[in-house]
Amino acid sequence: MAEKKLVPNQSIKLRTRSLNLYYGAFHALGDITMDIYDRSITAIIGPSGCGKSTLLRVFNRMNDLIPSVRVEGEVLLDDLSVYGKNADVVSLRKKVGMVFQRPNVFPKNIYDNIAIGPKKHGIKRLSQLDEIVERSLAQVALWDEVKDDLKKPGLELTPGQQQRLCIARAIAVEPEVILMDESCSALDPESTMKIEELMFSLMERYAIIIVTHNMEQALRVSDMAAFLMIGQDRIGQLVEYGPTIGMFSTPKDKRTEDYITGRFG
Amino acid sequence: MKLTPAQSERIAKTMIWAAALLVIGLLLFIMVYILVKGLPVLSLQFLTDIPRSMGRAGGIASTIVGTFMVTALAIAIVIPFGIGTAFYLAEYTKGNIVTRIIRFSAESLAGIPSIVYGLFGFIFFVIYLGLGWSIISGGLTLAFMILPTVIRTSEEAILAVPHIYREVSFSLSATKWQTISKVVFPSALLGIVNGVLLSVGRCVAETAAVILTAGSSYGMPTSVFSPTRTMAVHFYLLASEGISMENAYGTAALLIVLILLINVVANAFVNRFIAKGR
Repeated sequence: MAEKKLVPNQSIKLRTRSLNLYYGAFHALGDITMDIYDRSITAIIGPSGCGKSTLLRVFNRMNDLIPSVRVEGEVLLDDLSVYGKNADVVSLRKKVGMVFQRPNVFPKNIYDNIAIGPKKHGIKRLSQLDEIVERSLAQVALWDEVKDDLKKPGLELTPGQQQRLCIARAIAVEPEVILMDESCSALDPESTMKIEELMFSLMERYAIIIVTHNMEQALRVSDMAAFLMIGQDRIGQLVEYGPTIGMFSTPKDKRTEDYITGRFG
Repeated sequence: MKLTPAQSERIAKTMIWAAALLVIGLLLFIMVYILVKGLPVLSLQFLTDIPRSMGRAGGIASTIVGTFMVTALAIAIVIPFGIGTAFYLAEYTKGNIVTRIIRFSAESLAGIPSIVYGLFGFIFFVIYLGLGWSIISGGLTLAFMILPTVIRTSEEAILAVPHIYREVSFSLSATKWQTISKVVFPSALLGIVNGVLLSVGRCVAETAAVILTAGSSYGMPTSVFSPTRTMAVHFYLLASEGISMENAYGTAALLIVLILLINVVANAFVNRFIAKGR
């Protein structure tokens, strides 16, 4: 297992400043300010419905797909404003990739599942695409398993392999940040372990943010942990944010302690 | 008398089986009946000669050509408009007043009997636009007739594409158009093609709307402005006017064979498209 850092000494990749998010009149996230470190794993934890996924989807603006969403405050990727007037969603999503809860490979073959992203960005040369496909599959340790039948439909892989294919598909567009929305929750323990090992190897190059319901997983893989909860005012808020080991050994907030020791949620 | 659960289960199963068997049996009976009566009539001469003495003699070559031209024209017109409308409804609007008007219009159009389309086509294309009884009048009229079906089936196929595919596509930094053309369209293609095929069948089988707009002259058409007699109109006239039941069955048999053929070819095409994965 990778060595845990108490405080990552990496530079800061993403910042939120007084982030508020509304679904129409519903105030879903209140006043969230946090810094997310590059080349580290940040876990967002908290009870169901507290806005973990909503927060995750702020970083690649996936919430934009819901018409009534309004975002206030500032989100910065490096020094670029994510929600600024001149922000370009398409180039943002090229930098911030996402892996979803369920393995959702396209009904295409393995090769095309990965090539679809780079193709959208205008890479047409076959030799270049071949290289991207091989590199992406190698990064998720799937290359040796599938190199002989890249034309096989992606849906014929096992769920664990499919999820690794989805990760390969996300990194094929060479993002800088990878968002993982409960990406192991639909998988068996062995596949989960493989994905976690994968996270450690990907951490060398990317900032990874995961949402998880699994406290052991958060403790195993993450360097930093953010605990979200719905407050008295029905608004999701950031209760505690800090190095994972610190939070799990000596939580500063009573609510964090209750949650991670399994007293509720 | 009270039935045990096992008994009621058995009765329900029997009834459902009987219903299914009856339907399949009827379908097979009709097809076999027509093929048995009609296939012996089919000969090279029947397929390559134009009808003579009102269809009592000769073949049906010109009606085959007429059917193909009218149907092809209708499908060519309906595909861009129908599928375009379906994508607009499914992907670009969120149930506003415009969508409601389009949907209401499409649904109303779908409920109109084909003879009314025929009458409209006759008044508008044949008389008002001066296109006369012609393949183009017939094709345009049929395009109007099948438009609602194509919109409806395409929209359903598009909506059946899992929402997560769109999310994944956007998360890979695709634009909306890339998402629709590279992800949604390929996934919906099978359903869209099926809807179009259904419409091909309706065009090929239509009589009322065609007889009023494309006419019933059985000479070999020379352009889209020629009048024509489609196969369905031909055997309708042969049968209803008692000209030649034999040749009517021959035409009907060919029609059935053609529709089966179209289905097989289209399925092969779609399967290949899916297998290629693009």
